Amino acid sequence: MSDEKAIKIRVKGLTKVFGDNPEKAIKLRDEGYGRTEILKQSGQTLGLSNIDFDVYEGELLVIMGLSGSGKSTLIRCLNRLIEPTEGDIVIDGENIPTLDEKALRECRRRHFSMVFQHFALFPHRSVRRNAEYGLEVRGVDSQERHKKADDALKQVGLEGWEDAMPSQLSGGMQQRVGLARALANDASVLLMDEAFSALDPLIKREMQQELIELQERTRKTTIFITHDLDEAINIADRIVLLKDGEVVQIGTPEQILTAPADDYVARFVEGVDMTRILTAEAAMKPVRATARDDDGPRTALYKMRENSLESIYVVDSERRLLGIVTAEQLGKAEGVESIRDLVDSDCPKVGPDEPLQALFGMFEQRNYPIAVIDEQARLKGVVVRGAVIEQLARAGDKS
Amino acid sequence: MNFDVPRIPLGDWIEAGLDFFTDHFSGLTRGFSSFTRGGISLLNDGLMWVNPWLIILAVCLLCWRAGGVKLAVFALLGLGLILNLGLWDPMIQTLTLVLIATLLAIVIALPTGILAALSERFYRIIMPVLDFMQTMPAFVYLIPAIPFFGIGAVAGIFATVIFSMPPAIRFTALGIRQVPGELMEAADAYGSTRSQKLFKLQLPLSLPTIMAGINQTIMLALSMVVIAAMIGADGLGTEVWRAIQRLQPGAGFEAGIAVVILAMLLDRLTQALRR
Repeated sequence: MSDEKAIKIRVKGLTKVFGDNPEKAIKLRDEGYGRTEILKQSGQTLGLSNIDFDVYEGELLVIMGLSGSGKSTLIRCLNRLIEPTEGDIVIDGENIPTLDEKALRECRRRHFSMVFQHFALFPHRSVRRNAEYGLEVRGVDSQERHKKADDALKQVGLEGWEDAMPSQLSGGMQQRVGLARALANDASVLLMDEAFSALDPLIKREMQQELIELQERTRKTTIFITHDLDEAINIADRIVLLKDGEVVQIGTPEQILTAPADDYVARFVEGVDMTRILTAEAAMKPVRATARDDDGPRTALYKMRENSLESIYVVDSERRLLGIVTAEQLGKAEGVESIRDLVDSDCPKVGPDEPLQALFGMFEQRNYPIAVIDEQARLKGVVVRGAVIEQLARAGDKS
Repeated sequence: MNFDVPRIPLGDWIEAGLDFFTDHFSGLTRGFSSFTRGGISLLNDGLMWVNPWLIILAVCLLCWRAGGVKLAVFALLGLGLILNLGLWDPMIQTLTLVLIATLLAIVIALPTGILAALSERFYRIIMPVLDFMQTMPAFVYLIPAIPFFGIGAVAGIFATVIFSMPPAIRFTALGIRQVPGELMEAADAYGSTRSQKLFKLQLPLSLPTIMAGINQTIMLALSMVVIAAMIGADGLGTEVWRAIQRLQPGAGFEAGIAVVILAMLLDRLTQALRR
């Protein structure tokens, strides 16, 4: 699937040496020495070494690594807040390391918005004036940038706070301003540097969820840095795993969890809560039978009897889920033309990515299987109680 | 053993340098002199022409708006006392000198401080110069001021500006350098130019620090203006000077108290404006 995607940024052979004699460090690296040895022999710190990866248009790419892995350096090399020592970073045909000062400034304005770990809001500017900063330095006139800033603030749920000062806001709200500042700018790539790491866990989950929704809505290419694997798994389309300034593995969360490239990744993955990654899709079974909304009660009852069901999901002509009817209801409703009016639309339904853990609670309320639907609300399958337990038990054995 | 090292004629060199300066730039210094003198007498005459009570009222109003009732009451009592002691005119002269000297000092200090903040090399050059300017006994500046500008208020202002400028430069540089790196990074990330960073971020954020420097400059200017009475810069200093020569401790303290009142007023007012 990802092979067909357009490439937004291509990073090739990116290397960063901190110190005054980068050539020596690179020479040592090419002779096969590691980071520690290079530091000992030359006094140079090899921050990043030969990094290659692509960023696809519209994806949410997470760059993950522990502190010292070079992830912050990497994201700063992309927009040259840190000068890369070697390598190419090509965005829309432009090779960023070769740009002169003016072209770089243009490139930053057009392509990169950035959200920072400690928010980096301008304390002397109101929330709105913070949000419009990117547009202001580009010379957009004040009316237009006010409008765009207010729109962005609305998107992050800060309507009504436009004239507040950053110091009046809580941490979570401040980071929303940081996000609004990035969104208002309307650059083509969103860089997020440990954007949620300074927030407390509850707010963090909330912000992650909002980011996912936002990203699905706008399809903005996003590069997200984190040291937190749970966070990476939760939000990423793909993950680039970094260790000691080198790429260890690139893949979808699923690939990284199920096929860790080496011991390092495996150890990393060990700590993950397996029930959070096992999804509804994994435990899903095909639907044995469905009723159509223009079926009569008799037809529906017949289908149920044939498949020994107590309830049946009702879909429309395009297999979009409308709700559920039970045999009990249908038995009482003799003489009704169609079952349309009997459908209980308030039935349990989840997306394919829903963690199994979340499904547990849903069984307590109702006693029928949970419907799994796709983005167009089409019924894809059902999850029965036994399947959830079975999956969780299997995951337990593995770890 | 006895090394016969000849005495280094440091003083002669300095004098030669100053002479050179006086000879070749006297046109410039005289021009500056007459220009400044014009400004001084204009401000001086203007302030003396207005009824003292009107000025007191205006100052009280300003104090009340900026610093509250207490400051306004202090201004009323303090300025009233100065008027009562018959020191109003010298006080106005002193105030004029302080205002003009401070203004000149700020005009020079702000760009210098900004430059020192942005250029590491300039910072390393300017800091020892500032140390020199601040630790050299203030009286020494009075001596070359006379050949440059002649006896009088302008020479006094020249010495005052040199003596009082360093804190404004230091604080400006300090304020700008203290802007958190993260904020500068954010400004860079959004594609700000150098001047956008300066005017949208560094200057507004360092304003409180710069104001603290200006406050210091005003205080130093006031103390120097009094000393400058020795080279004919008229004002409260002249009163003190006269009292010393006539051995009149009472009159000396009266003028001294007027200086203190003026100093406290300027200090509290600039601090209140900072907020």
